[in-house]
Amino acid sequence: MASESWTHAALALRLLAQDPGLGGICVRARSGPVRDRLMALAPAQAVRLHPAITDEALYGGLDLSATLATGLLVRDKGLLATPGPLLLHMAERAAPTLAARLALTLDQARGHTLIALDEGAAPDEALEAKLAERLAFHVDLSDCSLRDAHVRLPQHAQPTTASITPDQITQITRIAHDLGIDSLRAPQFTIRAARAHAGLQGRTEVTAEDLEVACALTLAHRATRVPDPETIEEPPAPPPDQTNQNTGEDRLDLPDELLLEAVRALLPDNLLDRLTAQKARSGRGSGTGAARKGNRRGRPLPSRAGRISDGARIDIIGTLRAAAPWQTIRRQATGREGLQIRPSDIRLKRFEEKSDRLLIFTVDASGSAALTRLAEAKGAVELLLAQAYARRDHVALVAFRGTEAELLLPPTRSLVQTKRRLAGLPGGGGTPLAAGMMAAFEQAQQAGRRGLTPTIAILTDGRANIALDGSADRKQAATDAQQIARALRAAGTDAIVIDTGNRPEPALRNLAQTLDAAYLPLPRADAARLSTSVATVLGD
Amino acid sequence: MTHPFPFSAIVGQDEMKQAMILTAIDASIGGVLVFGDRGTGKSTAVRALAALLPPIKAIKGCPVNSTKAAEVPAWAGLTTKRAHQMPTPVVDLPLGATEDRVTGALDIEKALTKGEKAFQPGLLAKANRGYLYIDEVNLLEDHIVDLLLDVAQSGENVVEREGLSIRHPARFVLVGSGNPEEGELRPQLLDRFGLSVEVTSPKDVDTRVDVIKRRDAFENDNAAFMLRWQAEDAAIRERILTARKALGKLKTPDKALHDVATLCLALGSDGLRGELTLLKAARAYAAWRDDTALTRAHVRAVAPMALRHRLRRDPLDEAGSGTRVTRTLEEVLG
Repeated sequence: MASESWTHAALALRLLAQDPGLGGICVRARSGPVRDRLMALAPAQAVRLHPAITDEALYGGLDLSATLATGLLVRDKGLLATPGPLLLHMAERAAPTLAARLALTLDQARGHTLIALDEGAAPDEALEAKLAERLAFHVDLSDCSLRDAHVRLPQHAQPTTASITPDQITQITRIAHDLGIDSLRAPQFTIRAARAHAGLQGRTEVTAEDLEVACALTLAHRATRVPDPETIEEPPAPPPDQTNQNTGEDRLDLPDELLLEAVRALLPDNLLDRLTAQKARSGRGSGTGAARKGNRRGRPLPSRAGRISDGARIDIIGTLRAAAPWQTIRRQATGREGLQIRPSDIRLKRFEEKSDRLLIFTVDASGSAALTRLAEAKGAVELLLAQAYARRDHVALVAFRGTEAELLLPPTRSLVQTKRRLAGLPGGGGTPLAAGMMAAFEQAQQAGRRGLTPTIAILTDGRANIALDGSADRKQAATDAQQIARALRAAGTDAIVIDTGNRPEPALRNLAQTLDAAYLPLPRADAARLSTSVATVLGD
Repeated sequence: MTHPFPFSAIVGQDEMKQAMILTAIDASIGGVLVFGDRGTGKSTAVRALAALLPPIKAIKGCPVNSTKAAEVPAWAGLTTKRAHQMPTPVVDLPLGATEDRVTGALDIEKALTKGEKAFQPGLLAKANRGYLYIDEVNLLEDHIVDLLLDVAQSGENVVEREGLSIRHPARFVLVGSGNPEEGELRPQLLDRFGLSVEVTSPKDVDTRVDVIKRRDAFENDNAAFMLRWQAEDAAIRERILTARKALGKLKTPDKALHDVATLCLALGSDGLRGELTLLKAARAYAAWRDDTALTRAHVRAVAPMALRHRLRRDPLDEAGSGTRVTRTLEEVLG
């Protein structure tokens, strides 16, 4: 298996050199001898990019050093100006904006190819989906040992252009469909890869072998479902006259099933787990409430020497101050009058901004909770509030009881107000968990739009018995809660579920799973312990 | 590959194609938002649209593509008054574009080399009288969105910074595309798009095979393929021009107006923009169909694309707002 992935990687690089229209290859491997050996096969003239590359470097712009030195306008060419292979290091760190640019470059089909080196360790650390989509190949070398990494491909004679039959195109499209690949870019890549492979072998027609290799290389990593051999439609029996034509030839069409088999052999076992993990967290910005340094807005930081890049603002006073001492010397050196500024004088403004966190407490005030632990839950929330206050987090309070949820406190930083509302929270009535979560969801969405980072803390004993429409239907209530949980997860909102029941409630554990949230059963906890646990989960 | 994939050769995706044609007929409809999965031909369609649009007449070298010499802004410093035919501008707004790049700013090169204070026009100037295309519009940074909202509303770009005070027309059709899984669009920006369509990859194997075959022909037999489809593109272009002329003469009976208002009321769409857009889109559609008066059938045909993004979102309605519009259509218009 390991040496197979190596062979695939080497072959993919060869195909890529043959047909730049294949877009590129994503190599997932940590930096090491195996990857180095593979990179030795990559085109040597590849332009190296890094995730923090600026627009100026990519597209070119004013050459500041030359311009300032000569006093004339000098422009430099960007790295993307000349078509050719690009090599992106630490591809998993590439921001969506960089991915979008590179995707656009590949779309323009000017002859660029991209080799993305993905060094991601965790499953959700990966190349941006929209860029990965535009690369035909994806190989994972993380399980490949150096011993296996030695397969050399035979050198081929002059590559030829191969043709592909409409039937083969149909076959490829059908297989991609059976593997649950929605995007239509995938089968296009397969066709290109099959042609390129046939061309490498010096053939003028695509054969079954080319198809097999192409499917394995371009479709396996995109599959979203493992096709069930029994549900795959039988390929329609070829009309009699066609069979007659084919029997005379050695070239038999490979049945779809065999091709699928080739792909299936390469599918990872935990395909579905990985898929859900990707779906749940894909495309979310950072915004974890952490500080972000930037050069656009926020609290000003001291300015710093640096190159003028896109979006940076020059600290003019700082720049002048840096340039001032050298004026006389420079004037003598150049013989020119006036202010003389060198690139090393340029100072850039920097800012730090924090994305505020909003904690949305969703507290169960139903009869069942009131009987057991409402007081404890209140106490815990108060302790958390104190911590939130210390961190200047925003807090909102949603309580649910009877048939509906109520926003007791819109997002605020006022500790006193929150405490007062909480103390006055009456208990009793049914448990409309779904309604409570819904109200929290609405708050989270609004907060997200305002640039806050919402986290929902649900405190309940989990015996949901009131459905979203207010009817007392235990089953419907549970379904509703699950449905909202899915919506919350899809929205990427962080959550914590705190079980305040006397015994851990399995339904709540399920709910937490659906939410992709931490689950804290707290049998007979006291407020202080509850609060410590929440603080741990929040990563504080 | 100098030519983009021809518009008419795009298989299926009729709603998306129709929406784009409608904005080409009447630019005041206000743009198209295309939401859908990856690899469904969103970008292909937008780039194809550029080749499809009829050319416009503009003063040569004018940074904002003015029609008359009198309209050329003074800061452009143009000496020529000659007009020329140019393709309708379709300007890409890249995701990471800075504010300066979008609105235009002080020309740093001139400032450095000649010590002059000059204005360097941005993307908004370039897109005047044409299209502004934002791929992955839902990932656009907030401060750029705010800026676009303002300009899209007023049709004028005002730059007041670093001692410059410049205003120039910026009337463009906003075309956005994105993948809803990667983030949502703010309702304010949603509302600025006249039409919105949702595209999905075709589920039917035959259609998919068709798409792949055409793409393959485009790549490997380009000359013959372009010859075949450019004729079809030309036919669409002619039809757009005819429809533009017919638009003025189109009758709008009160009954149709009544239908439009009733429909928007029943759906509870915010504001009156929904009604106006629906009416304009329906008129453009009628002109496209070569009909002489607006009827209920026209309204019905364009209602989903004109209204689906204006409804209050219900996070639990997994069917999507398109279905809600269709349902209400059935109820209200029978």
